[in-house]
Amino acid sequence: MFWKFALGIWMTVVIILAFTLPAVPNPQVWYEIPSIPGLEEKGRIIFFHVPTAWVTFVAFLVSMSYGIQYLRKNLIDDDIRSVSAAGLGFLFCVLATITGSIWAKFNWGSFWNWDPRETSIFILLLIYGAYFALRSAIEGDEKRARLSAVYSIIAFVTVPFFIFILPRIVESLHPDPIMNPQGQLHMNLTMFIIFLSSLAGFTILFFWMWNLAVRIGKLEFIRHSEN
Amino acid sequence: MKHWIRATLGVFLKDMKSELRTRYALNALIMFVIITLSMILFSFGNEIAPQFVLSGILWIIIFFAAMSGLSRTFVSEEERGTVLTLQLLTHSSSVFFGKLLLNILLSCVINTLIVVLYLLLISNFTIQTWSIFLLILLLGSLGLASGATIVAAIVAKANTKGTLYPVLAFPILLPLLIAVISGTQMAVEGASFASAGGLLQFLFSYLIVFTTLPYLLFDYIWKE
Repeated sequence: MFWKFALGIWMTVVIILAFTLPAVPNPQVWYEIPSIPGLEEKGRIIFFHVPTAWVTFVAFLVSMSYGIQYLRKNLIDDDIRSVSAAGLGFLFCVLATITGSIWAKFNWGSFWNWDPRETSIFILLLIYGAYFALRSAIEGDEKRARLSAVYSIIAFVTVPFFIFILPRIVESLHPDPIMNPQGQLHMNLTMFIIFLSSLAGFTILFFWMWNLAVRIGKLEFIRHSEN
Repeated sequence: MKHWIRATLGVFLKDMKSELRTRYALNALIMFVIITLSMILFSFGNEIAPQFVLSGILWIIIFFAAMSGLSRTFVSEEERGTVLTLQLLTHSSSVFFGKLLLNILLSCVINTLIVVLYLLLISNFTIQTWSIFLLILLLGSLGLASGATIVAAIVAKANTKGTLYPVLAFPILLPLLIAVISGTQMAVEGASFASAGGLLQFLFSYLIVFTTLPYLLFDYIWKE
């Protein structure tokens, strides 16, 4: 119970700091974040856009891991965990796409550009959609669990192709701090701390929501199998 | 090992012979290709199409032809009720590789037909670097067949087979499609073979991954 309040306070602090810390061209004090030419105030969306994209990926990873567990042990429990993670992943994927589009409109002029990163988040949307379409087309809990686990594993393998390989081969609009050849960190320290805090907060939020969804899923399964 | 090869070839030949007897899929595919090409030619009219869209359109036709034709191997087993017999008679990897071979054959034949017709009929589409194009066509057809086969195996066990198949196959085949469309565009513009190296490595690695992974997972799909 305590950690839920702690999470609430943590995220409130992060959100307040993300919006109120002054952005100046040359930060002199620790509580000033740099104003990058071209981004200025608009760059604050990074504290929310990247964590949602990150949580989408984490959710997919969790969903796939429990899919593998289901294939190994054949316990419907693992399938419930897999679906709950996929549902939340879909939600965060929609959020990442929307925040990304908004940012793209302000920075690059149009809502959608088919930049490789944008394409990869779109593909994740399609994968989640296909996953739920597959689940709704199969009758029988075990068959559904088995086939959707196999599909999530196959779909997960395409993700490294998109996120890591394609952007290196095709030109990208996405900027340097996230993906650069040397792997160096270019972000100012204050920004980085807030960014990591936001990332951690979103991840813990995901696991909390997932825990709730799993408990609901288990109860629904018990109710539906009693009929 | 020899027994496994015979079993795989047996599955492949059985499917090919039953396909040649009815010619259902082959006819439907050829008609699909002719109809799609006619629609495209009709929409161009007397104008010459801009070159940068032509590579994409070629692979759209190839992709949707694959979506029409490549699911038949598994779906027909379910429809005819021969799944249990096949499960009893052969090892599941023989089934997978036999049907994969059939889809590869079908994919290569239909794609060659599409490319030949496309080159003949669309005036602005001329290949300058043939080495890139042929390699991309080959690797693309193989990759398409691999991805399509495993998704066909999954979809055959579901209820609404037809409409679900492109929905499931598209995200999985998309890295392949992006790569082959870029590669075809490079071949049309006359890029050197060396500059296409990264793309070809990408296609090759995609092929390896999407033949190995489905092979490992096929048992879970095939056996109830």
